[in-house]
Amino acid sequence: MIYLDHAATSWPKPPEVLAAMHDFLERAGGNPGRSGHRLSIAAGRVVYDAREALAGFFGINDPLRVIFTLNATHALNIAIQGLLQPGDRVVTGGMEHNAVMRPLRGMEARGVQVVVAPADGAGMLSPAAFAEALQTGAKLVIVNHASNVCGSIAPVAEIAALAHQAGALVLVDAAQSAGVIPTDLPALGADLLAFTGHKGLQGPPGTGGLVLADTFDPAQLQPLVRGGTGSRSEYEIQPDDLPDRYESGTPNGAGIAGLGAGLKWLLERGAAVREHELALAARLREGLGNIPGLQLYGPADPRQATGVISFTLAGKRVSEIGYRLDEEFDIQSRVGLHCAPAAHRSLGTFPQGTVRLALGPTTAPEEIETVLRAVARIAQT
Amino acid sequence: MNPGVVLFHTTTAALRAEKTAQKAGLKVKLIPTPRELSSDCGIALRFDLADRQPLEQALSAAGVEGEFHELKAE
Repeated sequence: MIYLDHAATSWPKPPEVLAAMHDFLERAGGNPGRSGHRLSIAAGRVVYDAREALAGFFGINDPLRVIFTLNATHALNIAIQGLLQPGDRVVTGGMEHNAVMRPLRGMEARGVQVVVAPADGAGMLSPAAFAEALQTGAKLVIVNHASNVCGSIAPVAEIAALAHQAGALVLVDAAQSAGVIPTDLPALGADLLAFTGHKGLQGPPGTGGLVLADTFDPAQLQPLVRGGTGSRSEYEIQPDDLPDRYESGTPNGAGIAGLGAGLKWLLERGAAVREHELALAARLREGLGNIPGLQLYGPADPRQATGVISFTLAGKRVSEIGYRLDEEFDIQSRVGLHCAPAAHRSLGTFPQGTVRLALGPTTAPEEIETVLRAVARIAQT
Repeated sequence: MNPGVVLFHTTTAALRAEKTAQKAGLKVKLIPTPRELSSDCGIALRFDLADRQPLEQALSAAGVEGEFHELKAE
């Protein structure tokens, strides 16, 4: 099988991830932060070590500013619902996933003004479009760091500088970028960054987080979920302390153990992972571009994109292409709208969608050649 | 040794303090928080009172806030 759906979830996970999860359940199985016995402390240490490693990975000093969540969607909802009030204005770009657009439309119904700075036909966001949208100010700017549809990488630092000049906070959706390209909060100019654990970071599903910049004041961010934290138990009001303010309920300890192992695996490989994916993406784009009737989407320069490639074939439904890739060639892709109708509108592929091929660290060069032969065959018949 | 204990508002802070102290070469141990002191968070950091000054310095340098107490003998 050739697995090219890493943008949905990375697979296979490194064996170290499975081992860490097994070890957590077998050896450190207490409830982290709820009791004082050894199993609880052991579990707490595993969660803390992952928190500390992630803080370093995202370029912040204080590990308590890494808030664990179920996924990027959960983290984005904490930020969007916790920061915005009726009457606020929020600016986002034309490449957003529904993980941003749906909470934003929900807030719009409650009196938040939502402005979308358009993307171009290659899926690129322009600082000029954000500058124009920011002329009347905003409370928050939300930027999709890398598109889940065509891989395009946004000029986040430039957009963030404009946002800060206009007095807005910056929230970065790093669901597709974390573990794939640098996601250092200070370098990006992000005040808040949402990530998922089960894609580029190689961890299991059910993990993710919201990272708060060292300079961000949490007083302006209301918690989404309130409840038990194992701390300040004598009070029935939610504590203000980080990370407990945003982490009520038992955390996904086994998942977080796996996420920590995934991050370690990735850090051991360093920049080689990105270079590997870039080389394969360049070859895949080149080969697909030579197939008659095939339309590629996204930036022509592979360095402006992650290893996520979208295409359509003239006269073929994307669902048929995806089905044939799977049935005839054992190639796993994802077709359709990829939960991102806004991005597909920007690319001109709404509502039919595209076929998406998403590379990962374990994708082999010969698999790319097999995929190219398969797509060429489907195009002919 | 004469034991002291540091209390924290969150378990995460207690775990961070343990790591910080160990990096500074101080002998510490996470223990269930003595009930007579607080019910804030389930675990507290026990230390040797002779190490109080270097421990305070290490935690302060790392930005970990904690409340220092002497542990009275039963």
